[in-house]
Amino acid sequence: MSAPATQSSTKPTAPLPESLLSIRDVVKRFGKRSVLRGISLGVAPGEFLTILGESGSGKTTLLRLIAGFEQLDRGEIWIAGERLDPIPAFRRPVNTVFQSYALFPHLSVFDNVAYGLRARRTPKTEIPDRVRKALQMVKMSEFEQSAPARLSGGQQQRVALARALVNRPRVLLLDEPLSALDANLRRQMQTELKSLQREVGITFIFVTHDQEEAMALSDRIALLRAGLLEQVAGPREIYAQPSTAYAAQFIGQTNLLNAEVRDGIANAGGIVWRCFGPTGKTSFSLRPECIRLVVPGTPARAADVATARFRASIKNQTFGGPLDLLEIECGNSQVLRARIPNPGALTGEREFEFSANDAVQVRDGSEV
Amino acid sequence: MYSRAYKAAVAIPPVLWVTVFLLGPYAILFCYSFWSVSPQQVIVHNWNIQNYLQLMRNPIYLTVLFRSMRIAATVTLLALVLGYPLAYYASFYAALRKDLLYQLVIIPLWASYLVRGYAWKTILGSDGVLNGFLQYLHITQRPVEFLLYSPFAVILTLTHIYTPFTFLPIYASLEHVPRNLVEASHDLGASSWSTFRRVILPLSLPGVLAGATFAFVLTLGDFLAPLLVGGPSGIMISNIVVSLFGAAYNWPLGAAISLCLLLLVVGMLFATEQLERKLTLS
Repeated sequence: MSAPATQSSTKPTAPLPESLLSIRDVVKRFGKRSVLRGISLGVAPGEFLTILGESGSGKTTLLRLIAGFEQLDRGEIWIAGERLDPIPAFRRPVNTVFQSYALFPHLSVFDNVAYGLRARRTPKTEIPDRVRKALQMVKMSEFEQSAPARLSGGQQQRVALARALVNRPRVLLLDEPLSALDANLRRQMQTELKSLQREVGITFIFVTHDQEEAMALSDRIALLRAGLLEQVAGPREIYAQPSTAYAAQFIGQTNLLNAEVRDGIANAGGIVWRCFGPTGKTSFSLRPECIRLVVPGTPARAADVATARFRASIKNQTFGGPLDLLEIECGNSQVLRARIPNPGALTGEREFEFSANDAVQVRDGSEV
Repeated sequence: MYSRAYKAAVAIPPVLWVTVFLLGPYAILFCYSFWSVSPQQVIVHNWNIQNYLQLMRNPIYLTVLFRSMRIAATVTLLALVLGYPLAYYASFYAALRKDLLYQLVIIPLWASYLVRGYAWKTILGSDGVLNGFLQYLHITQRPVEFLLYSPFAVILTLTHIYTPFTFLPIYASLEHVPRNLVEASHDLGASSWSTFRRVILPLSLPGVLAGATFAFVLTLGDFLAPLLVGGPSGIMISNIVVSLFGAAYNWPLGAAISLCLLLLVVGMLFATEQLERKLTLS
């Protein structure tokens, strides 16, 4: 238990000074089970932050702690210089879009959206205007008087968004809001959600288990694994520079190479390349698209360790439009996946290469 | 998908049931209400509306009917006031004791109605438990008489008996209130009280309506409680029907009162159903 604790404090996850929301060393237990084991995270104003993790990683619990539906066992949550965690849910300047929308079935769309304004005693003359603007924003104006039950899933989703945004929360919390929609609608809503967020400029904290969704939407991704933050970084950075083997495998596809580093050279079962890391056993992440097929007859430059070259036999080839997915077996019966643009049908043994820079050193990650 | 013969065969039991136990008896009752009793105490089949006219003319029937409705309304109100908080607590706050509480409310329903009626008789009587207790504490010097054989006793007994009937549908409707709606309400800035008023109560109204209907209709038709604890001032309309079919041997008049009562109840059921449909659709 002590190893992960020290690890989390050395990770670059300390609250940023300009954070709007800062989560400090938060621990949450349900009975004997620790769901969150020391989370520290800062969220900048106007940021779209995604909490990404598998089911059971604690991502929804973290969101519920911010919303005030659960009480934390240790740590603090601050918002705009104010302590948030002792405040009851109904007084917090945050709003939630629920996974199942949670629209009030006995109220019309208008009354659903007006609910928060009425509960917080907004002047009566202001309400219709603000409700209509919110409905306009999500393109639901014509459904003002409809009952939620008569709306489709996507429409309910929009109303839920309007109902939350109309209160102008400091932070909007979204709990897997798109998971109930079919694939096409989902992509469309992703685009709309992103542009809506830019438009209103409100900080979004978005929970999902879908890494593609996380990459498409987020300014930053906080990857959660078994109650600990694995990595917090922008989508491009987390993809290009995953800090752990888990992060590399969870976000996109990757090949994990177990290499022995000695004298500035990494050796993974006969594949060698230049490496500036310390001596010893290390894991490397190599994205499938970083492996290239060597055109037969290209001379190998001797002692060019900036590029790793190796022979491998084609085990399997799947046509995938612009990129084919190859499974190749090199020495040591190590199987790698490679994405090669238009290679044509391949058989037998071929030569492949990758740049040393594309093999990213990763830690094995927190113990679970 | 199913053959006609199969469909017909499946329909036979309910059709038989409805005919033999509902339509038949009501048809007979309907006929009786237009007949009369001769001075020789024989029922004669000469069609007339004398029974209904008598119902209107003789104030005793209307007085007792209004008293019955007043008692039924009071019992309904009390049963709701007792049953709703109980159901609310059981559904939202009892957690692990939920099932226990539920069973505790149900158990009295397994005891015979008569036993519960008699129990109240021994509690409320002039040498009963309650009077003994009051005198022991020197709150009263001699037995308090109005406790038993009064409308008060009838209301008390019926409230005790019919509160579970309000509890059950209210509990069921509260259990169906999605808990994330409560969270959504808090999230939008509503306090617990405000959430109850704006979300929980409106969504449980169908249960309240069903419970109220049960309590009102069952109380209105009750004749055992007035018989056991009511006394002369606690007589209800069904007691009159019972005596007309029994000692007084005036089946036609009894049938006429029964039909009026039936129409009243059916009208009420219809009205509440309309109301409920309106509530659930809005």
